[in-house]
Amino acid sequence: MAKIRVVHYINQFFANIGGEEKADIKPELREGVVGPGAAFNQAFGDEAEIVATVICGDSYFNENLEEAKKTVIDMVKSQNADMFLAGPAFNAGRYGVACGTIADAVKKELGIPVLTGMYVENPGADMFKNSVYIVATKNSAAGMRDAVKKMAPLALKLAKGEKIGASAEEGYMPNGVRKNFFDTKRGSARAIDMLLKKLAGKEFVTEFPMPDFDRVAPNPAVKDIAHATIALVTSGGIVPKGNPDHIESSSASKYGKYDIEGVMDLTADTYETAHGGYDPVYANEDADRVLPVDILREYEKEGKIGKLHRYFYTTVGNGTAVKSAKGFADEFSKELKDANVDAVILTST
Amino acid sequence: MRKLEVGYIDIHDIQFSNESKVENGVLFVDKEAIKKIVLEDENIKSCEVEIARPGESVRITPVKDVIEPRCKVEGQGGIFPGVISKVTTVGTGRTHALRGSAVVTTGKIVGFQEGIIDMTGEGAKYTPFSKTVNLVLVMNPIDGLKQHEHEYANRMAGLRVAAYLGELGKSVEPNEVVSYETYGVKEGMEKYPNLPRVGYVQMLQSQGLMHDTYVYGVDAKKIVPTIINPTEVMDGAILSGNCVSSCDKNPTYIHMNNPVVHDLFAQHGKTINFVGMIITNENVYLADKERSSNWTAELCEYLDLDGAIVSQEGFGNPDTDLIMNCKKISAKGIKTVIITDEYAGRDGTSQSLADADPSADAVVTGGNANELITLPKLDKVIGDLSPIDKIAGGFENNVLEDGTILVELQAITGATSEVGFNCLSAR
Repeated sequence: MAKIRVVHYINQFFANIGGEEKADIKPELREGVVGPGAAFNQAFGDEAEIVATVICGDSYFNENLEEAKKTVIDMVKSQNADMFLAGPAFNAGRYGVACGTIADAVKKELGIPVLTGMYVENPGADMFKNSVYIVATKNSAAGMRDAVKKMAPLALKLAKGEKIGASAEEGYMPNGVRKNFFDTKRGSARAIDMLLKKLAGKEFVTEFPMPDFDRVAPNPAVKDIAHATIALVTSGGIVPKGNPDHIESSSASKYGKYDIEGVMDLTADTYETAHGGYDPVYANEDADRVLPVDILREYEKEGKIGKLHRYFYTTVGNGTAVKSAKGFADEFSKELKDANVDAVILTST
Repeated sequence: MRKLEVGYIDIHDIQFSNESKVENGVLFVDKEAIKKIVLEDENIKSCEVEIARPGESVRITPVKDVIEPRCKVEGQGGIFPGVISKVTTVGTGRTHALRGSAVVTTGKIVGFQEGIIDMTGEGAKYTPFSKTVNLVLVMNPIDGLKQHEHEYANRMAGLRVAAYLGELGKSVEPNEVVSYETYGVKEGMEKYPNLPRVGYVQMLQSQGLMHDTYVYGVDAKKIVPTIINPTEVMDGAILSGNCVSSCDKNPTYIHMNNPVVHDLFAQHGKTINFVGMIITNENVYLADKERSSNWTAELCEYLDLDGAIVSQEGFGNPDTDLIMNCKKISAKGIKTVIITDEYAGRDGTSQSLADADPSADAVVTGGNANELITLPKLDKVIGDLSPIDKIAGGFENNVLEDGTILVELQAITGATSEVGFNCLSAR
């Protein structure tokens, strides 16, 4: 089998051209390996080969971004590359940003797998770790051997289209995509190890960094409820009997929109819950307990509310990803707005 | 000092026989005797008894509970106190366990949230019960039985059978005897004056409506946080009565073999002083959540803990209890580590928990329960495969033409254990 064709991107310093005084050199394409490429080639063995190296000054790249990107992409394209490798940049800030930028651009423009490496505090890491695989390296070039050891196998996996494991296994920086893997110790033992470190004031690494939380402030109260159109929305899984759209009992992938024109009361014969997270007996006996259609019809009649909106929206909250729930709401909120609904009663279970 | 010795009798096979006994590591089972025990309950119409061994091409589903057969040999009380035995406090003396074996309850599905145990293939890697020899009770209820009554009937039948089998090990010489010692407050302080004081906070599933756990027979919804001796759980003081997603509920087996308890005991007297265990609940009302988390934090302070491990059970709603506990215990100046699992969506890009707080800076995860896995077609199904698209983690048309099944990890019994029973994690 032909070797995987890799194009390697490095800066003026690693190409032995010079330091800061040479940081303004324009992109240059050289055949074969230059500088750290040799170590990569060795690690690739018979499987892959660096066919060309692109060298670019860090200042030039960052000060002439669009032009530099275009030139480098054309160079990579000219080599029929299967894989693009950038850096590692260690703690060199402009180099790291350049590696991240060009790796991201090559991935988007040429659609080939890309990989770069840098120190976790390199500004390029935060900017690009969610868009391209970045291997965490030491903070200086003294860590080159270690970096190559982590980057080369991952580059091969990416180039071959193999399944990429969790960040902790493969050595890339966590990229916001949670992936399962089997650790060497069971969870309880890991918890105790972590606690012992925390107690001793030593550094420990959490397995799940807390996210920034999305909190929604409630809207102001409805001023004129007697003339308001009220809609019902639920994550309690109330659906017409038989669950016609097959909404899942957990981890719902969809929501339902159902017409309740003329429906005065939800009965055991007409509605039920699809929700798998609670004992459905009481909801199935009388679905109004979760989706209070009967009471709102009474209020409608008594003039306590303007009217009940013709459709209700429903899904199952049980184990459903927040991202999916947000997606559902983004869609049907627009419909509710277009239908001039004034307020929504959102019931959960 | 309080001491419990657990004698582990290694069971490497279960076989049917006309006499129930344990001999040379084989658990012989009289099928008819088992059926009789199960059918004592008039709400159970019929029962089949099957054996599932590690490596066999067998799938058990929908799995409700898994229980380890144990019996009390010396000391006060009996196994499953307050439920099968009298309510006497347990956790001292000597207990025998038929290690490597388990009773698994299945049959007609009770709720949506029962699980799958595959004895071989991809699914077997994720469930701890592919490694045990399982005696499987396939139970069908009488017609018209309400779900919570059905749950109760299945739960009790499993416990009765496990207690019956456990008794068979009473006079058998164990392969290993492990001694678990705990101390009173003063005694512990004197014995280990320089070791950090560590406690274990176990959150018990108590959302209600078949999301229940029992402590000495008391529904955990109705308890306030309390201190329990960690050896008590080894005698079955805490039981599962719930139908939460099978991946992260604690089957009774896991309560009896709680890995946090065992691993803390392993460090007890070496790197830490394992002071004790606090159990609390996960009720759905805000006032209950506030009360329980307030009181849990108070108890941690009262025990002068330096560090605490908090484990969760279930997901979503209980995430708020987990974060409240973590926040309030940390605010007392106690170093805290929490164990949970994640619902990050099938592609892993969604928010993993329903609540968050900066104090939760030390988290152990049992993995992303939404991740999809493909289960091979297996030769034999014990139970009923038909709810496979409806159980939590299943979805429409998830059985492919060649018989392979796509499910979220959620559907695999014990896969993302939040007491850290497994090596599975996520990043």
